[in-house]
Amino acid sequence: MSSAPLGPSSADTLASRLRRDLGIHLNHCYQCGKCSAGCPVAVDMDFTSSRALRMLQLDEPRLDRQVMASEGIWLCLACETCSTRCPQEVEVAKVMDFVRTEALARGLAHPKSRDILAFHHAFLDSIRTTGRLYEIGLVADYKLRSRHFLKDVLLAPKMLRRGKLPLLPHLIKGRDAMARIFARTLGKGR
Amino acid sequence: MAKIGVFTCHCGENIGGTVDCAQVAERSRALPGVVHSVDYKYMCSDPGQTLIKDAIRDQGLTGVVVAACSPRMHEPTFRSAVAEAGLNPYLCEMANLREHCSWVHPKGEATTDKAADLVRVMVEKVRHNTPLQPIRVPVTKRALVLGGGIAGIQAALDIANTGHKVVLVERSPSIGGHMSQLSETFPTLDCSQCILTPRMVEAARHPNITLMTYAELEKLEGFIGNFKATIRRKARQLDEKLCTGCGLCTTKCPQKNIKDEFNEGLGTRPAIYVPFPQAVPNKPVIDKANCTFYKTGKCKVCEKLCPTKAIRFDQEDELVTLDIGAIVLATGFKVMRTDQFPEFGYGEYADVLDGLQFERLASASGPTLGAIRRPSDGQEPETVVFVACSGSRDRAKGVPYCSKVCCMYTAKHAMLYKHKVHHGKAYVFYMDIRSGGKDYDEFVRRAIEEDDVKYIRGRVSRIYREDGKLVVKGADTLQGGAPVEIRADLVVLATAVQSQDGAEALAQKLHVSYDPYKFFAEAHPKLKPVETNTAGIFLAGACQAPRDIPETVAQASGAAAKVAALFSRDELTREPVVAVVNRLPAPEYSWCVGCFLCQSACPYQAIGAEEIRGRDGVLQKTVAQVNPGLCQGCGTCVATCRTKAIDIQGFSNEQVFAELMTL
Amino acid sequence: MRIGYYPGCSLLGSSREFGESVEAVAEALGLELDQVPDWNCCGASSAHVLDHHLALALPARILAQAEAAGLTEILAPCAACYNRLASAREALGGDPALAAEIAGISGAPFNGGVRVLNILEFLTRFQTEIQARVTAPFRHKVACYYGCLLVRPPKVVQFDRPENPASMDRLAQAAGAEPLAWNFKTECCGAAFSVTRTDLVARLSGLIVADAVRSGAEAILVACPMCHSNLDMRRPESNAGMGTDHQIPVLFITQALGLAMGIDPVRLGLQRHMVPAVLAGV
Repeated sequence: MSSAPLGPSSADTLASRLRRDLGIHLNHCYQCGKCSAGCPVAVDMDFTSSRALRMLQLDEPRLDRQVMASEGIWLCLACETCSTRCPQEVEVAKVMDFVRTEALARGLAHPKSRDILAFHHAFLDSIRTTGRLYEIGLVADYKLRSRHFLKDVLLAPKMLRRGKLPLLPHLIKGRDAMARIFARTLGKGR
Repeated sequence: MAKIGVFTCHCGENIGGTVDCAQVAERSRALPGVVHSVDYKYMCSDPGQTLIKDAIRDQGLTGVVVAACSPRMHEPTFRSAVAEAGLNPYLCEMANLREHCSWVHPKGEATTDKAADLVRVMVEKVRHNTPLQPIRVPVTKRALVLGGGIAGIQAALDIANTGHKVVLVERSPSIGGHMSQLSETFPTLDCSQCILTPRMVEAARHPNITLMTYAELEKLEGFIGNFKATIRRKARQLDEKLCTGCGLCTTKCPQKNIKDEFNEGLGTRPAIYVPFPQAVPNKPVIDKANCTFYKTGKCKVCEKLCPTKAIRFDQEDELVTLDIGAIVLATGFKVMRTDQFPEFGYGEYADVLDGLQFERLASASGPTLGAIRRPSDGQEPETVVFVACSGSRDRAKGVPYCSKVCCMYTAKHAMLYKHKVHHGKAYVFYMDIRSGGKDYDEFVRRAIEEDDVKYIRGRVSRIYREDGKLVVKGADTLQGGAPVEIRADLVVLATAVQSQDGAEALAQKLHVSYDPYKFFAEAHPKLKPVETNTAGIFLAGACQAPRDIPETVAQASGAAAKVAALFSRDELTREPVVAVVNRLPAPEYSWCVGCFLCQSACPYQAIGAEEIRGRDGVLQKTVAQVNPGLCQGCGTCVATCRTKAIDIQGFSNEQVFAELMTL
Repeated sequence: MRIGYYPGCSLLGSSREFGESVEAVAEALGLELDQVPDWNCCGASSAHVLDHHLALALPARILAQAEAAGLTEILAPCAACYNRLASAREALGGDPALAAEIAGISGAPFNGGVRVLNILEFLTRFQTEIQARVTAPFRHKVACYYGCLLVRPPKVVQFDRPENPASMDRLAQAAGAEPLAWNFKTECCGAAFSVTRTDLVARLSGLIVADAVRSGAEAILVACPMCHSNLDMRRPESNAGMGTDHQIPVLFITQALGLAMGIDPVRLGLQRHMVPAVLAGV
């Protein structure tokens, strides 16, 4: 952590936007650490949830960038344990959601998020095309994106034998509605 | 013929710098009724006051207007001066040229015009003022102290030592309160009972103190200096005069396994019991809800055993009504229970305790005679985790405040544990350390530096039981929020201090205000910490807010001083600015029609009824009557009265209208 | 009696047995499940992670379809789908401007006329009927595993307690089982990281399985396809990670109830599990 002086607050920091757009007040957080204490993956994170909130609540763009570039935010399971137990009723899980979205929008996402993002993109590609998840399509897409070609290769036949892997996708009628939804959200600005 | 004097003050530059005071004085001279008008630099000074007094005497003034600062500043000053000169003080009014004029407007003609108008308005009021006499109310010199903990005991002793009578009422069978449950007190580690019991005995023996234990306030009527309190003395099922306190009855009671209140559920007691060995009075009481005789009609072993035949199964509660002059509220607090913590097991883990339960473990008179043992299996715990801030500073649990005493008692608990189990490991999960009292921070440092208690800054997310141990999942925020897991043998939660059970109902009975957490409200948070907004009722101790023992004792003495001040006179004088229901000769008697809307509107329960009878004794009319001892002059009744029968002396409808119409 | 039904993608594929057992139990209770017409995927975790508006628009379309079909309540057995639908419903209900914006994206307005039920809420409603139809009591010690999304966040879900919940335990008891007290009822299994961080799933699910075994359970009951997948399909990985060989089967609550009501195990899809559902009497 560098000891650069803290500057005047900017209206565009993550904390100010959380307050304005989501009604979440980071200055309610008194750094008790209960969120980190209950987080199942806190041990794996570079910045735990309480540390990340500390960095954000100082309204410093430099610290905001560090949080956005961290790996920890991608490990968040969205299990909501933190939000449920926070004594100050800060919606920590929503803060994590927000930071992830911002990290992606600004191209700051940590390299280790690649596989996780590949999975999510593969999932969304599948449902955009057919309206419902096509698991074989998801796996194929993921493998192409992540280059983990041999991942779970032994699992496929087990799933097929048990009838858990439909060979053909389900196509809904409202596929154009799906295309429009994606175009108006994820597809915007691309 | 009105002869009013107007005295305009410059107040140095405060008024004079913005308002043309000479002009104001000049214009005031021309007002109807004004015979004398001067201006002066400092009206409140000795020479200034002399100007007023001399004018009253020389000119026979019938009214005075001092155009100066706020009446809240100097009304008493000028009214005393006026009285000294022989004029009724309520014929003196102030026009506020400072807070209402010079301090809020820029210098200029408009400001001076406004000042002149303000004077004109007050002159008109004074023309309609009538002389008033202060109200005198007698004082009963007996105090009622509600609550027999250290706060109540201290207040009772202090009042009794001034020579006045005190009735000390305590709802449990013995006085002593929570302090009697503590093992040792911070910061000295004095044995709590050792320092408390001498006071308890003193209170019981003091000739001026009447002790009523196992008793509660049933009803309160009246007003300051003149309360009527009805106390319910609950039936102990005992003739206290015959009982010697030998304790034989408690030894043979068949109901032995009732959870013991004094030991916070960690021990048991019989149905006929003395709460603790040092109880005052040291006389038993029968818990009817759990007594075999009251449940099934059979037993009475205690009655058979008693050598002095003191047991009385047919005893009923007794209601006693007393005349009281002042009341001290000292009803104390309770602690949040472990069942309020879902993430810590909903109170189902026997080895997760609250702070008061740990005190009982550590106490020599406790269920383990002072040995620290796990309630689940009686083993000595090797690792103990203390969780500070449990429930306090917790918006989600509805307790956003700090409970003040837990940082100190947590350090104390950790030290007591280490003193008794030398090889044991003690951990404290904390958020901050609040140790602001005398010798307090040094005490906490002792725990850390000498007794090697490990302090970890972070809260605990969850506690669960695994293989006989308690898994405590906390975090260390001084290490970036790194999770910390400790497998403990015993966990002590420093739970929130909350208002006592029944506090709200008691406050309603006494018409005392309280905050959202049901702590009683002081009259002013800074300058009136021991008074309530209800005249004659004072506060002492944790019933007002979480508090430690030294502050409680200090506050109790403060409340006692207020009571002593009240009792130092035989009469109370009150401002006569009170409501009065008008009276007329027969046959009207009064404009009041007896609708009593004013009675419902009055926030101070100051309005009663008066029966007007003719000379022959026949009832003519029932009208409202204001108790001048209780009335606070708020004017709500005046606003509600349909017939304008009720009015405030000194601020009558006529006087106020005169002010307005002259504008 | 009819009720709206949103199966969700996993009940058609990787958790087919959950769908089968839900339908079997509904049939045994005389309930008709009205599928939401032309339902789409709710977006699960993926939409939620990548785009806030997408995460609302996908469930919004589902709710609008259900509303247009005249359904007032829909059952969403998958806990993730349930949580997405309930969260979207709450977010849109509380913010008319947002609701209008999302309606513009999804192409169909939703007026708040549909309530979403999770599987436990639904089954609890019919607990008495279920109990009355028990012919072969499920006499086993079970550890009921709720996971995250059925009980959190409490303001959205508003059902059962977020700590030590009891609704599934009561249902299990109604089926003749002995639900045990254990510590990992609501600890996360590893959620959507099954493929991308299998190591995390192995650790978290491993701890859950270990605690269930420690408590003396013969089976773990679940009500979420992702939990089932992590606890069942990823058992080899969690066993490898912990150096254990736990073979405790994981059943959907609807499967346990179905067995107790005398429904054929194959109809309930028990043969589809990775960890064989080997229990006395099954």
